[in-house]
Amino acid sequence: MLKIDAEACIGCGLCEDACTFAAIRVEDGLAVVGDNCTLCGACVEVCEEGALSIPRQEGEAPADLSSWSGVWVYAEYRRGRLAPVALELLGAGRRLADKRSVEVAAVLLGSGLQAADEGGLEAAARELIAHGADRVYLADDSGLADFSDDAYGNILAELVRQYRPEIVLAGATAIGRSFIPRVATMLAAGLTADCTELDVRAEDGALLQTRPAFGGNIMATIVCPRTRPQMATVRPMVMKPLARDESRKGEIVRIEPAAAWLSSRTKVLESVTAALDQVNLAEADIVVAGGRGLENAEGFAMIRQLADTLGGAMAASRAAVDSGWIPYPHQVGQTGKTVAPKVYIACGISGAIQHLVGMQSAETIIAINRDPEAPIFNVATYGIVGDVFEVVPKLIEQLQRRSDS
Amino acid sequence: MKIVICIKQVPDAKDVRLDPQTNTLAREGVQSIMNPYDRHALEEGVRLAGEQGGTVTVLSMGPPQAQEVLREAVACGADEAVLVSDRAFAGADTWATTHTLAQAIRTIGGADLVLCGKQAIDGDTAQVGPGLAERLGFPYATCVKKVLSCTDGVMQVQRLMDDGYDTMAVQLPALLTVVKEINEPRLPSLKGKMKAKKLAIKTLSAADIDADPAQIGLPGSPTQVVRVFSPQARGERTIFQGSVDEQVAQLARELQQII
Repeated sequence: MLKIDAEACIGCGLCEDACTFAAIRVEDGLAVVGDNCTLCGACVEVCEEGALSIPRQEGEAPADLSSWSGVWVYAEYRRGRLAPVALELLGAGRRLADKRSVEVAAVLLGSGLQAADEGGLEAAARELIAHGADRVYLADDSGLADFSDDAYGNILAELVRQYRPEIVLAGATAIGRSFIPRVATMLAAGLTADCTELDVRAEDGALLQTRPAFGGNIMATIVCPRTRPQMATVRPMVMKPLARDESRKGEIVRIEPAAAWLSSRTKVLESVTAALDQVNLAEADIVVAGGRGLENAEGFAMIRQLADTLGGAMAASRAAVDSGWIPYPHQVGQTGKTVAPKVYIACGISGAIQHLVGMQSAETIIAINRDPEAPIFNVATYGIVGDVFEVVPKLIEQLQRRSDS
Repeated sequence: MKIVICIKQVPDAKDVRLDPQTNTLAREGVQSIMNPYDRHALEEGVRLAGEQGGTVTVLSMGPPQAQEVLREAVACGADEAVLVSDRAFAGADTWATTHTLAQAIRTIGGADLVLCGKQAIDGDTAQVGPGLAERLGFPYATCVKKVLSCTDGVMQVQRLMDDGYDTMAVQLPALLTVVKEINEPRLPSLKGKMKAKKLAIKTLSAADIDADPAQIGLPGSPTQVVRVFSPQARGERTIFQGSVDEQVAQLARELQQII
């Protein structure tokens, strides 16, 4: 539990302000911690007197940590296509592996039958090598055509047990966030969700996993000092892939999955692809979003037009979704999707915290809103205070004129 | 059918504001609420129990004040409530949390179906559902947006994927995590409120659930937080000036440079 040094505490209250859970209070000039303390450490970080600490029982690291070596990337492959995040992770994995002087391997699971025309899984494996993998463990089986938490998890866990990588990375996609927690539990390994920054600590090679918590309002850096592998899911669109290099050499290791690994207690009966503009939201470079200020469903025709002009995807705030102007898959924010595009254009969105947490990692944020006091302007890179119904059509016209000339 | 719903008490994001000067959180007066996704898990459990026959038990790991969300869940239709609470659980990561919840579920006699929200809004990990399923030896489906049927020990559900959705068959006993699309949660009924007021909430300690001391709380957590900090404030901000046409022209110019 949290230790408070009564001698050192001056009752300044910095800890109180830093606590997300309202678990620490100053009473009679002294910090007092309540039962709802989660030991997150935010108060320890802000205390200028060094009066707060969380005694760790780290103990000796188990001796066999050094027998785990190499960085692995789970290369997501679905409907005959590699997920872009697989290549991003290889870029990040390569950087970490070079610091540790170890190999980078990718694990590729699927059925080559789905993309036989494009060379099947073999072609995907070569693509992974061209983007930085030294080795690709490839399981090509018709039983892996559909994603299954059981089968995919069994195989990945078996391979990790057998080859003992020190780090395993996967995309924080629907698939990664579904089956990787099972794999980590099977392996009794630490797992950090949705990381946006990765590094290794020089002295002991610990993976430093940084992720937003509380909807992006605080950042936390997490380590797994006692267990291997160190596992993390990583947010798409954050890490940079290496440039494709055909001359890179790598080995493809074919895995024959045992029948028991392929057995699944769940079965996909039907797989439905949504319209393209819905599905690309998390991967889009440009996102155009609309909110309450659009007033009705017709307002979104204008948003779609701007998105199409820029080659981007369409998004919405919860207010617009709840009003029935646009379906839920477009919703960005706390109870919708989290996006981190190059450009996010917020039209008629006031910028409630629940919306901001879903998009504030965008590189450039453009806000168009009638109310100069709208909180969206606090996070905006560029802002126009004005009527969306006037500004957006003019912007579309300007952009079209510019692309024509 | 015995249905267990896992719920978590979390700080209400509605009360959380960014201080525009410092770009940090203003946390005064933050209220605790039931995790919004768990509300949908509860509703689905109550609906299924009504349709299939069965009981709904709500389960929470947390400090004594987490009783509040359990009572609220009972007011919204749950039959029983169990709180697993012990100072030894503090600082648990998802690995330690799933051990605790799995032991608690075993202690109360197991379950045919466990329902969780997709994720909690404070940690946003979405790891407890799948991890708990594995601890229990259950198959699972995450991000379920619709339950189509439940017959002969098999559930058919639709689960959200990044590119659409999959319709899946899942054998019971199983665990599902749900998204808010799945239903519209009901409000507490008057009868439910009366029941919640009177209900004795069963409280279980680490010893009661026979928890492995090496797998609970901070010491039993493989992941450890080494640093917590505020995200970097965003850089320069430009609010364009001039007529609408001039502003739009400036914006179009900037956009063209970025893209």
